[in-house]
Amino acid sequence: MSKFKKKKGGDLPAISTASLPDIVFMLLFFFMVATVMRDNTLMVTNKLPAADQVQKLDKKDRVIYIYAGKPSSRYQSKYGDQPKIQLNDKFSVISDVGAYVLAERATKREELQNVLTTALKVDGETNMGLISDIKQELRKVNALKINYTTRIGDYTQNK
Amino acid sequence: MARKSPEVNAGSMADIAFLLLIFFLVTTTIETDSGINRKLPPMEELIDPPVIKERNIFTVVVNKNNMILVEEKLMDLSEVRSAAVKFLDNGGGVGEEACEYCEGDKDRSSSDNPEKAIISLKNDRETDYKVYISVQNELVAAYNQLRDREFLKLYPNERMSFVEANKKYSDPRTSVKVKADLKPKLDVIKKMFPQKLSEAEPNKS
Repeated sequence: MSKFKKKKGGDLPAISTASLPDIVFMLLFFFMVATVMRDNTLMVTNKLPAADQVQKLDKKDRVIYIYAGKPSSRYQSKYGDQPKIQLNDKFSVISDVGAYVLAERATKREELQNVLTTALKVDGETNMGLISDIKQELRKVNALKINYTTRIGDYTQNK
Repeated sequence: MARKSPEVNAGSMADIAFLLLIFFLVTTTIETDSGINRKLPPMEELIDPPVIKERNIFTVVVNKNNMILVEEKLMDLSEVRSAAVKFLDNGGGVGEEACEYCEGDKDRSSSDNPEKAIISLKNDRETDYKVYISVQNELVAAYNQLRDREFLKLYPNERMSFVEANKKYSDPRTSVKVKADLKPKLDVIKKMFPQKLSEAEPNKS
């Protein structure tokens, strides 16, 4: 009796798909880890202006976001088409900005409270008056580090 | 003898995993926001504002029609960068205020040295945000251009520009040793060309 018996039949065995779930799970875990869920639904148009002298924003937990721009088309019948500020999930007025920043700051960990950045995600078509008002409010609550969030691109795209 | 339990069919496992995978694929935004960092001045007014000579201020005004006035002259956005570089790099000071590393015209009617030079950016309430950002971008670019030049001149062994070095410094993957090595060099350059960009409150119109 030979130990090394030649297998009978020359047909190829089926490729095992048993490891397919493993591969898919691996991909799944990658995307689960890399996913950042959008925590705010945008209610304003948000076509950021382009700039190329940019610096990366700090880690997510050190940033307070303020959105501004014209209300999106489905909100325009209710809120008009003048640029508005969006804080969290609702439209706000200028006087709310200070309170919002203070409230957001209070939710952050204590050691981060002094290094917070306020990211202004403002639509390119907005007038500077609104932004100046926001800046004044931020100065009042001593949130002095700001970041004008932009797309990366040449300034000629801002036409 | 225990009855052999039937094997669970794992064939649908791949389907379930695919479903989840597609969900996360769709919701993923691998986004890192970037933008222009600025620091606002504190609210309390200076009691005794320092006297700044007119020649050390570079005024940039963006009016409500998005036209750019640099030192009271109408200018296209594409010229702002070179004008700012020329102003910052002028080094017209003499004696104690002289600037050894400046390569500019040494014009007496322009800035004394980069440490004294201030860029004042003023806008109207009706200026478009995107134009304002473009101007900011060009002014920051002017600073970066000069900082790059000095960095390459002083530290040619680093084989990178100031902007790249700064990016490397703020990258969390960079080791502590490299960071400690880079920091003094970056500080030297930052001191040579400090970013003095003042944003004035807008005109009421």
